[in-house]
Amino acid sequence: MANITADLTPSKADTRLTTADGKPLKAALAAAQSHAKRRAFFLVLPLLLFILVTFVLPIGQMLHQSMYNPGFTLHQDVISKVKTPIMVNVRNWFDTNPPGSEPDEAAYAALAKDFLLLDELRAAGSVGTRVNYDLSGTRSLFTKTARKADKLEPPYKAALLEVDEKWANPEVWAVMRGASSAYTINFYLAAADLTRDVNGEIASVPDNRALYVKLFIRTLLLSVLITFLTFILAYPVAHLLATLPLRYSNLLMIFVLLPFWTSLLVRTTSWMVLLQSQGVINNALVASGALADDNRIQMMYNQTGTVIAMTHILLPFMILPLYSVMRPINPSYVRAARSLGATSWTAFRRIYFPQTIPGIGAGALLVFILAVGYYITPALVGGADGQLISNLIAFHMTRSLNWSMAAALASILLGGILILYWLYDRLIGIDNLKLG
Amino acid sequence: MALPKHADRLERIWHYIYLAICVLIFLFLIAPILIVIPLSFNAEPYFTFTEKMLSFDPTGYSLRWYDLLLTFGMADATAPRDGSWWSDVWANSAWIGAARNSFIIGFFSTILATCLGTLAALGLSRPEMPFRRAIMAILISPMIVPIIITATGLFFFYSATGLANSYVGIVMAHATLGIPFVIITVTATLVGFDHSLTRAAASLGANPTTTFFKITMPLILPGVISGALFAFVTSFDEVVVVLFIAAHDQQTIPRQMWNGIREQISPAILSVATILVFVSIALLATVEVLRRRSERLRGISPN
Repeated sequence: MANITADLTPSKADTRLTTADGKPLKAALAAAQSHAKRRAFFLVLPLLLFILVTFVLPIGQMLHQSMYNPGFTLHQDVISKVKTPIMVNVRNWFDTNPPGSEPDEAAYAALAKDFLLLDELRAAGSVGTRVNYDLSGTRSLFTKTARKADKLEPPYKAALLEVDEKWANPEVWAVMRGASSAYTINFYLAAADLTRDVNGEIASVPDNRALYVKLFIRTLLLSVLITFLTFILAYPVAHLLATLPLRYSNLLMIFVLLPFWTSLLVRTTSWMVLLQSQGVINNALVASGALADDNRIQMMYNQTGTVIAMTHILLPFMILPLYSVMRPINPSYVRAARSLGATSWTAFRRIYFPQTIPGIGAGALLVFILAVGYYITPALVGGADGQLISNLIAFHMTRSLNWSMAAALASILLGGILILYWLYDRLIGIDNLKLG
Repeated sequence: MALPKHADRLERIWHYIYLAICVLIFLFLIAPILIVIPLSFNAEPYFTFTEKMLSFDPTGYSLRWYDLLLTFGMADATAPRDGSWWSDVWANSAWIGAARNSFIIGFFSTILATCLGTLAALGLSRPEMPFRRAIMAILISPMIVPIIITATGLFFFYSATGLANSYVGIVMAHATLGIPFVIITVTATLVGFDHSLTRAAASLGANPTTTFFKITMPLILPGVISGALFAFVTSFDEVVVVLFIAAHDQQTIPRQMWNGIREQISPAILSVATILVFVSIALLATVEVLRRRSERLRGISPN
């Protein structure tokens, strides 16, 4: 009986909305929402983990490598993989003496003792290589000294100078001090054309060895030029495609999409065929009499080649965003301007052009981001002065084997790219990226 | 863009100049790709049109560079062309071997990228997805980060984990590079997706798996296939990562081309390029057909 009266006179709790099984609606809704959230997240999770392992971790390792080089502190045996600390005595001497202090007999004694171990481990080559990154011509100094390590007698200073005069050079000692800690920002300094002088102070390198800043500036300038050229070429084409009826523009779109789908190497090869001094363009010019046979234009293996080929390759990335912004522009605005007395130029400048600015921004940012990091095309058609910063990264990775330097350069480039990427996401939105 | 009747003379002249400029730019876009096709039939080892080619003399043309693609690297190329010759081609020809590797790597990385990417795109296009923007930015980043940086990172990571010089490593790296394309195309397809269809399926008693395979999948399939083709092309055209992390004998078509261009540039490169141009024409046609089909399925007709 009591139950029935309770049902008839609703208690305070019952004024809240509930689901059929009596749970408060608010809680049920929250549970359902968090369930849906989890479900969406679990769909993405496998890919997120995959990208973390195959992309984010490698990039992280590269960042680590750019600040960490144990070449002077740790030796790893090739076969047994056993790691042995090396140069311990010299490192101790560096720790107890401030930068810039003259190496005394104790320092030379420590060095001689360390060389005994280097000779035993056959590690002088790798230590020399590490020092050689910062001061070229020192690798042989280390291998030579290690060979004679067991014959060194006190006084060690004299004995070492006997082996090679270079041991008296304060620069060698400054570089060794710089290499003596595995964690270092020296590679970043080198990437900015800076170095540490004898006293450990940061100084700029001599002009004839300054290389990286110039290359960064060249990469930026060429990328700006290429972005500008793609804009100049893309704008009329995108406008034409956007104003033609769809059945024609879809047909013409093939001209834009075919290059987009064609292999990068094929396109680069084609440009090599066209631009060579014995290539199609030069031959046509010579045959038509516009050019003397001994006066062929050098269009390849220089900056011209890089700029032409990259403009062609990146052009679709400018046309497509411009097209997708121009297509929905209502033509009646321009017509209205004309009917109010504007000339066609004024109508274009004041009415049409401002409406296309979002497309210009999207295309220019995308082309610039892609151009700054370009590698393949400059490597093949660039020659000596058409190389970009990516080519130098590849050089350090595959030729000079100075991996920390490559990693430092790549990290700086990555930092720049990520800022631009963030800007792109803020201004345009990554989800607005369209392919064809 | 038709010229209005009231246009004055200056506007007419400008209109034709503008059309001429557009034609020139289209020529700039397409001519470099088409130029390699006739040149690949050159009878001489030159990269330009010979007198004979220009006068359409049949002796100026030949298939020798295509033949070289088969015979290069063979044990005995001069043997009579019977069954054993062809098995020699299959076993030893450098280009055939590279093509085989490229297809194997491309196939597996496409499968990996498409499965993971489609699943993620389904999650990302749900309105309740948490941290959508940040996660999307991370997943798209392999497309934005320069390939040389990715390759450098992968080199360090793979040498430390023992994945270097293995096909598994290359497949994983190529899948990573293809994933952004799958995500972009599939999320673009899902934008127009009518979610009441899945709700209708659920209300009729279908479980989520059935709903996915019977309702969602057929509708987004064109987008998935385009994404897969993009992923395949990305892998099929990738050279830098392969140069950095693959062993010497793991040749692919782009790597072989790269070596060919850098070391002994011969018109054989042009015949490979020609074949690749036709492959890309076929792929482009497929994607275009799929796009139209997808538009029809979703009821968006070209106006």
